[in-house]
Amino acid sequence: MSLDKDTVARIARLARLKVPDEELAPLAGELSGIFAWIEQLNEVDTRNVEPLSSVSDVSLPQRADKVTDGGIAAKVLANAPGGAVYIDTADKNAGGFFTVPKVVE
Amino acid sequence: MASLTDLTVAQLGATLAKKEASAVEVADAHLKKLEEHRALNAFITETPEKARAMAEASDARRAKGEAGLLEGIPLAIKDLFCTDGVQTTAGSHILEGFVPPYESTVTTNLWKAGAVMVGKTNLDEFAMGSSNMTSHFGGVENPWKRRGDNRKLVPGGSSGGSAAAVAAYMVPGSTGTDTGGSIRQPASFCGIVGLKPTYGRCSRWGVVAFASSLDQPGPFARTVEDSALLLQAMAGHDPKDSTSAPLAVPDFAAAARNPDIKGLKVGIPEEYRVDGTSPEIVALWSTGMEMLKAAGAQTVEVSLPHTKYALPAYYIVAPAECSSNLARYDGVRFGLRVPGKDLAEMYQNTRGAGFGKEVRRRILIGTYVLSAGYYDAYYKKAQQIRSLIARDFRQAFEKCDVLLTPTAPTAAFAAGDKMDDPVTMYLNDMFTIPASMAGLPGISVPAGLDKDGLPLGLQLIGRAFDEETMLRAAAALEKAAAFGARPAGY
Repeated sequence: MSLDKDTVARIARLARLKVPDEELAPLAGELSGIFAWIEQLNEVDTRNVEPLSSVSDVSLPQRADKVTDGGIAAKVLANAPGGAVYIDTADKNAGGFFTVPKVVE
Repeated sequence: MASLTDLTVAQLGATLAKKEASAVEVADAHLKKLEEHRALNAFITETPEKARAMAEASDARRAKGEAGLLEGIPLAIKDLFCTDGVQTTAGSHILEGFVPPYESTVTTNLWKAGAVMVGKTNLDEFAMGSSNMTSHFGGVENPWKRRGDNRKLVPGGSSGGSAAAVAAYMVPGSTGTDTGGSIRQPASFCGIVGLKPTYGRCSRWGVVAFASSLDQPGPFARTVEDSALLLQAMAGHDPKDSTSAPLAVPDFAAAARNPDIKGLKVGIPEEYRVDGTSPEIVALWSTGMEMLKAAGAQTVEVSLPHTKYALPAYYIVAPAECSSNLARYDGVRFGLRVPGKDLAEMYQNTRGAGFGKEVRRRILIGTYVLSAGYYDAYYKKAQQIRSLIARDFRQAFEKCDVLLTPTAPTAAFAAGDKMDDPVTMYLNDMFTIPASMAGLPGISVPAGLDKDGLPLGLQLIGRAFDEETMLRAAAALEKAAAFGARPAGY
């Protein structure tokens, strides 16, 4: 499996990851090397083998459908990198919003 | 009396219980070591004020007769565990300055047991690496050096700071996390004990996620008994982690204090004899077998036929889960934000500037293997191989009680080595990744020094949720190996 520059640029776009143009070719080389090494998995016959998605044998537990947490909007918003907007600045736990660049003109 | 910083967790516990020292004195002695060895870059954040406040509270509890299992024991915490009110970076620029408003379950358990936090340790960015060289906050230096050679060596990774801090006697114990070897490999490189519990033994809640089906918190210490004491406090069911096992916590420390292994069957997997392993490590492995036999165990040859496929399968599974987990770093709710002309560009700029090279590489691998049309060829295939690896171990454990293998194929290497080709670096984890893929517990025990005077570890792998047998064997190995070496100048 060999990846070219355009494929790397496409994956980077999918991953919302800015990769400078000059890094695309070296990355394509590195990733191709990694995928060439991964190719050896094709030696293994995996027909009729169930994929293992979890090593824990237990089935996922369910909890009661009850509110167990909340009223901590100030904590939730405390690390907002773009700053937060609160519904009521006197009571930050009343609720608020993260801010993002304008999406709709 | 020995210096307080020379004592193990168990010895410090006894010293504190006999009131020969206060928790504040113990904390101060260790904080002084942090300052003295700051050049190792083992810590991203030191928390001396918090340590003193926690130590004072510990002394007050003890005065009231309320001492916990780790009452007054100073610990270092890998900077991947969220700590309420204390910066948690995951070794990444994207989380620089992030102050969690909550505490991880594992650290909560440690503080409930009376432990005292001295700081947050350096690590590979998002725990992705085997050398600690991918940290945004710079590499960590291993306190060990080759004899007659002043070059700086890596402490291993990803929990490199936690391992170096224990090896340099800055703390008697620390926490790490192990996804593919991130506790066991640095323990081997630094000449200490590192224990990865069974997947599900310790809660992952509040631990910054890398690959959720593999990540598992565990302890570092200088003795097997200490690692058991720390695990005892860290482990336990947590409803906040749906993969946390609803099992009672056994008396791990009692298991570690009982090195009786008469009649124990120790499996030796033939597939771990691979080219590229240092001959000294192969020899040490044989010595380890002889030691366990001399202690009354019997060795059994076993086969784990899919061993060589564990590593490439891991490099599909781990990046796939990493690319999904790291999607949350988008510059909106926490961490770095780099502006852009619109929302999409803001995401791209933030993630491009916030993540380092290795993390970007793994996000790209993960995004690719999960992208439309490739899922069956890569991710499903890797999960099928994972089934076969788990089956190999199940079959081997029909013939034996524990497995003995080397921990890593080499001793610690120099900073900057193995950096040119990512696959060369990945190969460092070839002995630790198979057990991770199967969710099994593993422990690295320092077993000897190589010709350059560097420590080498041997790994014991146990059955799922049978850390006790593994700890008994580890204690027997520790007793026979009588490692006792310490890095010059520490």
